[in-house]
Amino acid sequence: METLTYLAHGFTIAFSPTNLLWCLLGTTLGTAIGVLPGLGPALTIALLLPITYQVAPEASFILFAGIYYGAMYGGSTTSILLNTPGESATIVTALEGNRMARSGRGGAALATAAIGSFMAGTIGTLGIAFLAPVVVKFALAFGPAEYFSLMVLAFVTVSAVLGSSAVRGLSSLFIGFVIGMIGVDLQTGQPRFTFGVTELLDGVDVIIVAVGLFAVGETLYVASRRYAGKDEIVPLKGSLYMTAQEWARSWKAWIRGAFIGFPIGAMPAGGAEIPTFLSYALEKRLSKHKEEFGTVGAIEGVAGPEAANNASAAGVLVPMLTLGLPTSATAAIMLSAFQSYGINPGPLLLTTQANLVWGLIASLFIANVILIVLNLPLIGLWVKLLRIPAPQLYAGILVFATVGTYGISQSPIDLLILYLLGAIGFLMRRFDFPTAPAIIGMILGPLAEQQFRRAMTIANGDWTVFYKQPLSLTLLTLAAIGLIGPHVWNYVQSRRLKGQRAAPGDA
Amino acid sequence: MSTQDQGEAAPRRPAIPELLIGLGMLAASAVVLWQTLAIPVSPLYSKVGPTVFPYITAAGMLVLSLLLLFAALRGGWQPEEEKATPTDWWSMFFVVAGLLANLFLIRPLGFTAASVIMFVLVCYGFGSRRPLRDMITGLILALSAYFGFAKVLGVNIGAGYVENLVSSAIRSIGG
Repeated sequence: METLTYLAHGFTIAFSPTNLLWCLLGTTLGTAIGVLPGLGPALTIALLLPITYQVAPEASFILFAGIYYGAMYGGSTTSILLNTPGESATIVTALEGNRMARSGRGGAALATAAIGSFMAGTIGTLGIAFLAPVVVKFALAFGPAEYFSLMVLAFVTVSAVLGSSAVRGLSSLFIGFVIGMIGVDLQTGQPRFTFGVTELLDGVDVIIVAVGLFAVGETLYVASRRYAGKDEIVPLKGSLYMTAQEWARSWKAWIRGAFIGFPIGAMPAGGAEIPTFLSYALEKRLSKHKEEFGTVGAIEGVAGPEAANNASAAGVLVPMLTLGLPTSATAAIMLSAFQSYGINPGPLLLTTQANLVWGLIASLFIANVILIVLNLPLIGLWVKLLRIPAPQLYAGILVFATVGTYGISQSPIDLLILYLLGAIGFLMRRFDFPTAPAIIGMILGPLAEQQFRRAMTIANGDWTVFYKQPLSLTLLTLAAIGLIGPHVWNYVQSRRLKGQRAAPGDA
Repeated sequence: MSTQDQGEAAPRRPAIPELLIGLGMLAASAVVLWQTLAIPVSPLYSKVGPTVFPYITAAGMLVLSLLLLFAALRGGWQPEEEKATPTDWWSMFFVVAGLLANLFLIRPLGFTAASVIMFVLVCYGFGSRRPLRDMITGLILALSAYFGFAKVLGVNIGAGYVENLVSSAIRSIGG
């Protein structure tokens, strides 16, 4: 039960007045950017990275975690009222939530999303507190070879297994690798991929990559799609109070969603989409009101996926804090915040940075309490944010993108790189390449290379080190299955269904 | 059966945009290979030097670009709704113009002035037809970004006429 002792200590840190203020600021900002389409937690945290030079690590991570959790709450509001999922993980919430809003039950949909997020967020955070020390015990036995293999597994799951296409996911990942390798090689001092440009010797800042792919790319994409038509905001009708029947239908869905979301999030695979889809399918199957799905909107279909989304967001923090393994774009940017403090997340983090980790976990509980207050009684405020017209919203995003980029070194070269990445981001968005693998590849790629070279040095250049150790072999085998398995499965299916066309689209 | 035949035949035609994406990826892998060959390798690190990972990356990108080209030749992967919506080039033109204006004017004019010009152009691109109002909104936003965001974060963004003007105004009021 030493976890409880640590957690109690964490609360004394999180309850300090300044840290409470950071938490309040983070959750408010997070809700706002979650509500606003076009802005996400990864972009916001990237823009705020310079704060790591100003304040203590506890303060900035409490701020970042508040943004991270807040964006999950805010995102559901947009999905329900606007039917434009702010993030891929809230697609499912939009399915039923927007239908509920259209049939005049928007209040109940928002309430079940917020309370479900609270329940799942709290369960998920408890999960972090109790699971993290366990993972650390395992992780302490990891050598460089195992770490490398684990990262390979994460690369495969993040880009190839989750998402619509393995080839496009991996393409995105490899683009991230290239960006991550730009600059001076830390072990030998050789410049790589600098094209003789001195500005590139220090590498490309993660802020520029995140802002380019997410802000500039997204703005160009939205501009190019103006003929696609706009989604109407459904006015918020009906009380936010749920009826006894709605409570009865929601609470089991919340719990189930949380228990689907957290384990999937905590696996070194990440991805919040899969648990939300699983939860949706499960709720649809278990519901006694199947006729409401896809027609007037079923409350279980909001409650379950929303809970799964928040619990998996909490779960993602487990591999990130214990193994230094980010499995989402936001986690990758948080990892670079750790690097900015000179802290290497890994199994030792929980002991060497106990104040930071346990203060952060405690602040997540507080963030959940603040967020339910922010998102239920004050919901009207956030709905107003949705009325910011698109021209001014996107132009404003670009102004902040400039601040974040130009502020790094006042160099127009940085802006040029930003726009190049923006063009790549636009093409990726337009042609359905996921962008998160690029960010993960950029941050995690160099770490994987480091572990690879370390393992090879220890083994005296013997490649067999990666498959002679059982743990490493297991991880690599899992990665291979993740990469090839779905294709074999499809092939078998298409052979079986000969005559009928196999599912197209896996490019 | 006839509908199935159409389903077979239609996606078989090569998709030009996707083909270009695949070629772009192929070109990118060639650039990665070229830059990898340019990395000087000291014999001390011959075992796992700084080029091993770049070579793996170049090889991976080559394979991926071939797979993308293959998919493009078999009809591409764009969803129908994406293809059905024409690209709004006019709108994009103004957004790009705004970005370029910002790039070239931020040095000579300073952050705020360049941002206001970008703001107005981007708003116009997105369909706003009230440039004067956008200019005022942009000015307020840029100044609050400069004084709020940048100063709080300790980020130094180039000051120009507008910033110096406002700073001296604040100073004269303050003391």
